[in-house]
Amino acid sequence: MELLRFATAGSVDDGKSTLIGRLLFDSKAIFEDQMEAVEQASLRRGEVTNLALLVDGLRAEREQGITIDVAYRYFATPARSFVIADTPGHVQYTRNMVTGASTADLALILIDARKGIVEQSRRHAFLASLLRVPHLVVCVNKMDLVGYDQDVFNAIVEEFRAFAIRLEVSDLSFVPVSALVGDNVVHRSAAMPWYEGSSLLHHLETVHIASDRNLIDVRFPVQYVIRPHRAEHHDYRGYAGQVAGGVLKAGDEVVVLPSGWPSTVAAIETFDGPVAEAFAPMSVTVRLADDLDVGRGDLICRPHNRPHVGQDIEAMVCWMADGALKVGGRYAVHHTTRTARAVVKDLIYRLDVNTLHRDESATDLGLNEIGRVRLRTTVPLFYDEYRRNRTMGSFILVDEATHATVAAGMMLDPSHGG
Amino acid sequence: MTDTRTKPPPPGAYQLTQLRALESEAVHIFREVAATFEHPVLLFSGGKDSVVMLHVARKAFWPAPLPFAVMHIDTGHNFPEVIEFRDRTVEELGVRLVVASVQASIDAGRVAERPGVSRNRLQTTTLLDAIAEHRFDAVFGGARRDEEKARAKERVFSFRDEFGQWDPKNQRPELWSLYNGRHQPGEHIRVFPLSNWTELDIWRYVAGEEIDLPPLYYAHRRQVVRRDNMLMSLCEWIQPAEGEEVLEALVRYRTVGDATCTAAVESAATTADAVIVEVAATRITERGATRADDRFSEAAMEDRKKEGYF
Repeated sequence: MELLRFATAGSVDDGKSTLIGRLLFDSKAIFEDQMEAVEQASLRRGEVTNLALLVDGLRAEREQGITIDVAYRYFATPARSFVIADTPGHVQYTRNMVTGASTADLALILIDARKGIVEQSRRHAFLASLLRVPHLVVCVNKMDLVGYDQDVFNAIVEEFRAFAIRLEVSDLSFVPVSALVGDNVVHRSAAMPWYEGSSLLHHLETVHIASDRNLIDVRFPVQYVIRPHRAEHHDYRGYAGQVAGGVLKAGDEVVVLPSGWPSTVAAIETFDGPVAEAFAPMSVTVRLADDLDVGRGDLICRPHNRPHVGQDIEAMVCWMADGALKVGGRYAVHHTTRTARAVVKDLIYRLDVNTLHRDESATDLGLNEIGRVRLRTTVPLFYDEYRRNRTMGSFILVDEATHATVAAGMMLDPSHGG
Repeated sequence: MTDTRTKPPPPGAYQLTQLRALESEAVHIFREVAATFEHPVLLFSGGKDSVVMLHVARKAFWPAPLPFAVMHIDTGHNFPEVIEFRDRTVEELGVRLVVASVQASIDAGRVAERPGVSRNRLQTTTLLDAIAEHRFDAVFGGARRDEEKARAKERVFSFRDEFGQWDPKNQRPELWSLYNGRHQPGEHIRVFPLSNWTELDIWRYVAGEEIDLPPLYYAHRRQVVRRDNMLMSLCEWIQPAEGEEVLEALVRYRTVGDATCTAAVESAATTADAVIVEVAATRITERGATRADDRFSEAAMEDRKKEGYF
């Protein structure tokens, strides 16, 4: 069975919580005691059963009727297991959606059929494309309130497609649904015979995700060195880590960065025995044929397929802290298993997430703003363009005084910009 | 810059199963902590989540021994089978066990016990005192996000201030698999490697890996009383109140915690595979069915977590 991680974006008004509630309820992932608790809580508030209460876990959220933070929900069908990163639409929407989308295979965007595409829909689609979520599903919701009209649906599809051309979205699908009634959520709806696609759940169960990972460029960031210091493993020295790209095979010729020393993969080991090959996201231990000085933060790759190596990094960053990013600011940077310090050399432009307008006169990035920056790091980073490999092309910036995570970064190709 | 192997593999190849993907994520988390913290410790109660967590931790560092100790917060109200299991497990693995005792906290006057109230909440003080005493900077817990709605908002690396408090409204954003474990001396990070596992995943993993659990996770006959619609096992601390009928029932435990606030469920499942069938069909959450402590209020868990609870 496979695992599919998807992010949902939107506000209660779009019917997002109802849609999630419907998916969970119809797939039997909501338990009776949870449902009972929600019904009782709704009664106390004098509301009809409010499925948003299932998702809004914190006291402040329930009191204020808003979602503050990303919540993770789980359900499974016989075909797949699902992790939903449910990201709120109200407060801190950019920060939360970027967080939820960073690990998602698929992003689900809700559009109210009565209102059509609004600013928020464009923003969500842009953030999903910025974070390189491989699959985008647009649910046109509340179809029951527009008389299940095919023309309404088609007009939204057409307008969205025209807008999405400006983004890089590799797989875009549209499903007309009514989350409240359940049309096309779990089962195909008889009310919309003109719709020939699959139900939302069927789409989630069958969308092809196996080829989303990079299986070409071998990347193994060394995370931890295993040295047992025990009699039976006296000379054992294994490099533990999680494969970040490609298919690494026993017997492969490799080089270790930054030293550039060549070696051969002697074995790829796990607790359950050696494996002939390893691919992302497997956690394994690699042993090399030669005795080299290798430690955390080094990278094992193939001699003729190396990542970029550099201290001058261009990246799109999403700023997540109250104090603004400024040129000259210094931060700690966490990239794969490597840590360095970085200084912001240049803010190239600030991007308006609603219009995609680039403001080249910007001098800082405030909370929830996105821009393109140039960084200089204290040591070289080994990286790939984010669009080619999300693990090798992502980093976070950490404030060295408060230790807060202040930015998420997506690296660009140094050779041809972007 | 081209590799000789540039052809994409056939569709469907190189795909991990869901359980292997979860295991790999947890192994990555263990190694990240071992590489970047000074004094990690793993909370081990003998409950199924902590047993699975310990199993995955062993895998992460094999063939080296675990690079950290395990710690049990002992309420003193234990199921004897669980303590026996705990001691046997640490003996077999050769890991160091730290026991922090709630009774000792009571005796030292750090906390006051209230008659008729479980010691569950008192554990927080004992836990935080032990973390300070041993200077633990990373504490692995077996909590899962599917357990409870406040936990659904929890980070994998969850920052605790010098008072051990969790501030749910001000958590560090956590992106990709890049974890931020930075902290000042006196602060610490709770780490939850099984965040993305569900109860069913735990049981499927127990079955697939043939992991040994304390016997009370499987159906057995036991004397119980029905209290507040939950089956409480008779023991030193639970005696039938007036009007309560003692029943002999075929039961198992879905969670194992303090004996005074953990209830059994009726079950005939004697193997992990049989438990999977039951769990897949159940319509009640494990905490709702078996934890008296989470039924106080809508926010019982959130309140305890803010104080520094597991």
